[in-house]
Amino acid sequence: MADQTIQPPRESFNLSMLLYDQRYRGLTIQVVVLILVLSGFFWLANNAATNLAAIGKPIRFDFMDDTAGYDISQHLIEYNSTDSHGRATLVGLMNTLLVAFMGCVTATIIGVVGGVLRLSNNWLVSRLMTLYVEIFRNVPVLLWILVCMFTFTALAPQPREFRGENPEATMKMWDSVAVTNRGIYLPEPLFSRPLGDIDIGVFKISIELLVLLGLLAGGILFARWNAARANKIQAETGERPTTIWMAVAAIVIPPIVVLIALGFHVGKPELTGFNFQGGINMSAPLIALWLGLSLYTGTYIVEAVRSGIESVNKGQAEAASALGIRPGRTMKLVVLPQALRVILPQLTSQYLNLTKNSSLAIAIGYMDLVATLGGITLNQTGREMETILMTMGIYLTISLLISFSMTRFENRVKLVER
Amino acid sequence: MKTSIFISALAAAVALGGLASAQTLDDVKARGKINCGVTEGTLGFSARDGEGKHQGFDVDFCRALGAAIFGDSEAVEYIELSSKNRFTALSAGQVDLLYRTTTWTFSRDVDLKTSFVGVNYYDGQGFLVPTGLGVSSAKELDGATVCIETGTTTELNLADFFRVNGMSYTPLPVGGTTEAKALFEEGACDVYTTDASALAGVRASLKDPAAFQILPEIVSKEPLGPTVRHGDDQWGDVVRWTQNALVAAEELGVTSANVAELANGTDNPEINRMLGSEGALGAMLNLDADWAARAIAATGNYGEIFERNIGENTPIGLARGLNAQWTQGGLQYSPPFR
Ligand SMILES: N[C@@H](CCC(=O)N[C@@H](CS)C(=O)NCC(=O)O)C(=O)O
Repeated sequence: MADQTIQPPRESFNLSMLLYDQRYRGLTIQVVVLILVLSGFFWLANNAATNLAAIGKPIRFDFMDDTAGYDISQHLIEYNSTDSHGRATLVGLMNTLLVAFMGCVTATIIGVVGGVLRLSNNWLVSRLMTLYVEIFRNVPVLLWILVCMFTFTALAPQPREFRGENPEATMKMWDSVAVTNRGIYLPEPLFSRPLGDIDIGVFKISIELLVLLGLLAGGILFARWNAARANKIQAETGERPTTIWMAVAAIVIPPIVVLIALGFHVGKPELTGFNFQGGINMSAPLIALWLGLSLYTGTYIVEAVRSGIESVNKGQAEAASALGIRPGRTMKLVVLPQALRVILPQLTSQYLNLTKNSSLAIAIGYMDLVATLGGITLNQTGREMETILMTMGIYLTISLLISFSMTRFENRVKLVER
Repeated sequence: MKTSIFISALAAAVALGGLASAQTLDDVKARGKINCGVTEGTLGFSARDGEGKHQGFDVDFCRALGAAIFGDSEAVEYIELSSKNRFTALSAGQVDLLYRTTTWTFSRDVDLKTSFVGVNYYDGQGFLVPTGLGVSSAKELDGATVCIETGTTTELNLADFFRVNGMSYTPLPVGGTTEAKALFEEGACDVYTTDASALAGVRASLKDPAAFQILPEIVSKEPLGPTVRHGDDQWGDVVRWTQNALVAAEELGVTSANVAELANGTDNPEINRMLGSEGALGAMLNLDADWAARAIAATGNYGEIFERNIGENTPIGLARGLNAQWTQGGLQYSPPFR
């Protein structure tokens, strides 16, 4: 009301004005609705809490400290069945984040490449992209995930087919990669003189990784400082010293020296017993979920990229080509940066969709947050209310974090008017 | 998936307080039928036949209840539940009871606020493997990938078994028998584990049963039985004593063939009390005097139900074993009708 320019004549306030006076009516209605909604929520929550208490299951969260009792095959941090439900939840959460991250990256790559190709002048290429988009977008993502899982397990050889004199299946890439229907086994980095781990309570961080990352960061900082110095010299003398060799040396040499000192070698997966052991294992459910989510969400990003590109005024590309810039560079330097403003908001909602869709994981046995906390923990402890509330809270937090960081990114690419 | 669990959980929470003290028997009578929670398909225990009708060992116990309460074994609605959502469905009041291969355990009985009112099948967890795998004992399964159904005692037993024996494994958890079987047949896992009784059914339904074998080890106790909500003793009594009547009938030689005749009176007072020609046991349960006679007439006694659905002359081919009458060296034993 503060910005009202025409002051009405002063009159004494009476209660009926809340209803009949236009100035107050809107506010009155809002307050009434707010009170109704809040009391509705309160009634539901209170009812749930008393009813749960009445049957002897008051809302409490201490079961999270109890022994989980179940195993989780893919755990990014140490875990076994004697750990608590809380830790099982953390393992599930990390699995959710892992597949969501992998999915978002791949879907974005598919989307950008696909979106550009969809506008290609080549009839066949653009039709193929249309076909891909229409096929994948019009079938529920759960089906794609199941299709990926069953195709993978049916097509890839069983571990036992790698055995024998003339095995039916062999390892790829100089015997370092095994593709089986249980998953893909990749070589892993190993150190014969390791530095050990730092235990930060919840999980451990390997010191080697920290050292290598530190050296890399140091090298990059040095290279940037060196470039700044070159700029200065160029400004003063007009001649620019070559920086590239110094930069490469600073970034590459220290890590290599450290790697050699630590006795770096790769550990290859080996067939022992029923399955391959050793190496990095990407399980079949992870691969199927990742592929299914990426291919499905990729179609939406293709469309977002396409509409983004189409939103950029044709004159921009024409102007670029009039200046003699080649089509590829025009796309990269002129069109895409401007299209980004249209693409980003849609990209955000696709990232959110992909993350939420990853909760279909349990259909193929991938142990994500819904399969652990919202699944086995819920079922074994009978704490439906608590586990579902927590699961929802965690998804909400992840979603808000994604939106928040994407909004910051959007603000950075906004058109800055001069 | 998430929302549906959420909605049942919410419904459970909102409805629970009322139901816990409510008289399920009155609700059932008013509704005119029983809502019986069964599996989504375990051959021999509960599965749809060619006409879409539910058939099986567990189903027959639901039918006996229908006969005892309404005199109509068809007055039952079968609600298929996965291992994972069965207890939520029970506490939300979606079903009146579970006859759903559900193991009686301490935490389910005490902490989950459900009550077990009997054991209709004494079972244990077993392992099914392809013969080509070359293992003859569960102790040789170190490193194997194992298909399990989530939300079961199976996954907990499995973790214990491998840990105690110092072996590692990769669990591949799935939501139901159908998916588990498909993955197992495709070779996505080396081993399929669940209750031994169900394994027999799974094996029988595989394309080439002879290519699979059940390992000799039974690694757990799985007393499977009817489950009701905690705190409704009247309803619990109806379910418990209907099952007891079927077990006692076998011991006393009452069958679906002779029950009509014996119901007129015999010189065995226990049979007379059970079938209603003496005393007023039915009235104590708030049921008609011939409640037990109707149940036995509808499904036959425990032995008849067993032989018809899962016995040695069926594709499932289970021996009575632990489920023989106590007089035959088994564990099936009904308290007296008195
Ligand atoms: N007895 C165990 C396992 C029960 C269970 O879920 N069994 C499986 C195999 S018998 C089943 O009923 N599956 C049928 C379905 O998924 O609907 C328990 O109570 O946790």
